[in-house]
Amino acid sequence: MKLAHWMYAGPAHIGTLRVASSFKNVHAIMHAPLGDDYSNVMRSMLERERDFTPVTASIVDRHVLARGSQEKVINNITRKDKEQRPDPIVSTPTCTSSILQEDLQNFVDRASISSESDVILADVNHYRVNELQAADRTLEQIVRHYLNKARGQGTLDRSITDTPSANIIGISTSGSHNQHDCRELKRLLQDSGIEVNQVIPEGGSLRDLKDLPKAWFNLVPYREVGLMTAMFPEKEFGMPYISTTPMGVIDIAECVEQMEKHINAWASILLKEKVNHASYIDNQTKFVSQAAWFSRSIDCQNPAGKKVVVFGDTTHAASITKIPAREMGIRVSCTGTYCKHDAEWFTEQVQGFCDEILITEDHTEVGDTIARIEPSAIFGTQMERHIGKRLDIPCGVIPSPVHIQNLPLGYRPFLGYEGTNQIADSVYNSFTSGMEDHLLDIFGGHDTKEAITKSLSTDTDPNWNLESQSELNKIPGFVRGRIKRNTENFARQKGVTNITVDLMYAAKEASGA
Amino acid sequence: MKTLETLTFECETGNYHTFCPISCVARSYQKIEDSFFLVVGTKTCGYFLQNALGVMIFAEPRYAMAESEEGDISAQLNDQEESKRLRLRIKRDRNPSVIIWIGTCTTEIIKMDLEGIAPKLEAEPGVPIVVARANGLDYAFTQGEDTVLAAMTHRCPEHGSLRHKQKQDLVYGSDIPPVEPRRDNRKGKESEIHPPLVLSGSLPSTVASQLNSELERQSVRVSGWLPSQRYTELPSLGEGVYVRGVNPFLSRTATTLMRRKKCRLIGAPFPIGPDGTRAWIEKICSVFGIKPHGLEERENLVWDNLKDYLRLVTGKSVFFTGDNLSEISLARFLIRCGMTVYEIGIPYMDKRYQAAELALLRNTCREMSIPMPRIVEKPDNYNQIQRMRELQPDLAITGMAHANPSEARGIDTKWSVEFTFAQIHGSTNARDVLELVTRPLRRNNKLEHLGWTNLSKQTTTQLFTN
Repeated sequence: MKLAHWMYAGPAHIGTLRVASSFKNVHAIMHAPLGDDYSNVMRSMLERERDFTPVTASIVDRHVLARGSQEKVINNITRKDKEQRPDPIVSTPTCTSSILQEDLQNFVDRASISSESDVILADVNHYRVNELQAADRTLEQIVRHYLNKARGQGTLDRSITDTPSANIIGISTSGSHNQHDCRELKRLLQDSGIEVNQVIPEGGSLRDLKDLPKAWFNLVPYREVGLMTAMFPEKEFGMPYISTTPMGVIDIAECVEQMEKHINAWASILLKEKVNHASYIDNQTKFVSQAAWFSRSIDCQNPAGKKVVVFGDTTHAASITKIPAREMGIRVSCTGTYCKHDAEWFTEQVQGFCDEILITEDHTEVGDTIARIEPSAIFGTQMERHIGKRLDIPCGVIPSPVHIQNLPLGYRPFLGYEGTNQIADSVYNSFTSGMEDHLLDIFGGHDTKEAITKSLSTDTDPNWNLESQSELNKIPGFVRGRIKRNTENFARQKGVTNITVDLMYAAKEASGA
Repeated sequence: MKTLETLTFECETGNYHTFCPISCVARSYQKIEDSFFLVVGTKTCGYFLQNALGVMIFAEPRYAMAESEEGDISAQLNDQEESKRLRLRIKRDRNPSVIIWIGTCTTEIIKMDLEGIAPKLEAEPGVPIVVARANGLDYAFTQGEDTVLAAMTHRCPEHGSLRHKQKQDLVYGSDIPPVEPRRDNRKGKESEIHPPLVLSGSLPSTVASQLNSELERQSVRVSGWLPSQRYTELPSLGEGVYVRGVNPFLSRTATTLMRRKKCRLIGAPFPIGPDGTRAWIEKICSVFGIKPHGLEERENLVWDNLKDYLRLVTGKSVFFTGDNLSEISLARFLIRCGMTVYEIGIPYMDKRYQAAELALLRNTCREMSIPMPRIVEKPDNYNQIQRMRELQPDLAITGMAHANPSEARGIDTKWSVEFTFAQIHGSTNARDVLELVTRPLRRNNKLEHLGWTNLSKQTTTQLFTN
């Protein structure tokens, strides 16, 4: 047993549900006890989703414990099939069904006989993989299922599109900034003369998956979700993929150069010409993205050499380590990730860009490290933001885990050239707010606190007795002032000078607050 | 839909959305100041708590997960040794007066004998351990609190025997000296002689003292609350003690109080809304043979103060999808406010524990001459959404999973969980309930003229698909 109250990555089934509900017309059925359908709340709340999350539960209750699910899972699948006719139904195990060890595959096989929809059992083990690994695995499983099916039916089209095209793999629901990143990637591809063949899983349709191999190559922007999926067609059809995350000026250039390479492999035959993006990269770097100029500007001299700590998922933590270190001249004292399963890749990526590397899932270890290093700024998840608050260190939030603030309405990509601007802003703003605080401290802070809270009226204040005083102190701080004022006003109106607990309640009833 | 003359009870498939009962730790750890809650479960439980509790998570809460690993599941690790190790750590870091183990689905399935391990660990000097099985296999949302309070009941000192209490503490190895229950003599006024009354339900201390003073006006003295502010101040229970829950979801606690502690349960409606509060006080007074005074005037005064809100809700219809068991009381209050209730979804309906509340609901419907709502136990959310589509209620009180999608389809929605965490008890807080209920109505009144009611591209037939 492990003592914990915060975790960076969620349980496996969350990953499966994220992928399943990203696709169009897919329904997921969890084999879970009551209350485990919390992912619906998160999607509907964090994503501000307008439509009902296509996830239901086949409830595991006492009866299931006593005599097994029997027909329950099957009935739930066939019912959903009749009600909504989804393309496939994905049956999802949870931690509970993992220990029950019911033969879900058998249920799924039987249910698929009686239902029109395909039924797939997500192949994830709750105790072995986390949310991100499960998402990666499920996406691969679905793609593999449909490509194999198309191959079996002979509908798999192996020819590639006439003009260069790419698939974007790994954009999913509840992935923070994913929607913005996707838009930015499409622009990057378009600028390079590449069409988008398909984006999966977000908004993708399973009926189209058979056309996935028509693209010239696959682009996998996030390391966590999509890599397995990209490896499958590479092995089967020799379809290349790019896994360099186009985050930060240098890596974007690297990514565009790889695209160029993949296009030119076919271009000389199909288009009778080769493409060259060198001037595009140069122009974007110097004049479209502001980041290169920004790191050269006077402003950016100040943060140079200051210490920062970075922590997050592998993709973001690695990129956000490299950007300040090699593009802005900032010293990264420590960088880390909670993706233990991918520690090797991460270490290799950030080697040479930071003083130390921290691989852990324990937020207290991250907190202790930050406290020891005392950096000028932190770039981390919501947890690090709160660690920063406690230690009075500014924090720029990089995903994930997600929080409603990490799903902004405004356009905030991390990827592509617009992403470089966003990141530069975020880095710079963290430092300036830190500077302001220090200056305020040095010069004695804002001198206005007393003046605001002290009332200017000359009325004699009613007297609070001990009980009412302690009752008042129980009221949460942010409304206490208002309650105090209302009660005192009420007492004045009544001509009472002693405030008792009863009077407080009477005032509350009268004022209606 | 045909109108109903009597209350009808239906039972659907139980495919509905609600919070997992382990969410009770959120309220309970704040209420019981010297406690520590340890949820023995998996990542799934942790993920739920982490997200449901929101910012509380960052405030170094007095709760934690004991996350089962594969070794625990396959019994390669020894449950008792593992529990012991964690207990020592909690004791060292936080030094609580009590550790409450919350058993989950996992501990049920692998049959981890929490109730058996706890006394063994307690036997060594340390911290008392209370075990509550608040799992999603058996319970919904607020019922979690019920299991905690029911377990806590066994730790209450015996009424009228201080020696027994000391002995009990010795047995359980508590190293905290027993604390004299706080005597509340603030008015200096002698209370009428009546048997001791203990109220159950974890309410914020302000709400608890509001209810105390409501009763005190009728010369009824509350001798204790379950739970108390501190574990060391639990009320004495036993034969001759009268008890009443303030929440509709405390049926297990009530049963335990009656059967194991020999307390007398007062059957009354719940003090939610001015009507409920009055009926609650009247019933308690009548049990003690006290003639209540000034209750009607007081109720009228409260209703008078609610006029502005009543104008907004009168004539409007409401649909409860059901997830927290307070639905009957809230519906009864809203009907008295002039609303029509189409359906009361509720996870679990204890007709005995809620008998007085159901009777009041029935009467309220008759007096307001509106059709009786249908009460749907273990509802099916999918069917409910179809019914909502047909009925087009003015307000849906539902969980967050359905709130945004319903709003996008032009149905005003209030998130049901807020009723669990807001202060809704007693006459003083009647306004807070209506504040919650009218919020969507007030907001949407302002937006109505914009013509953006329907913001979903889904057609009505493909409700769930995307």
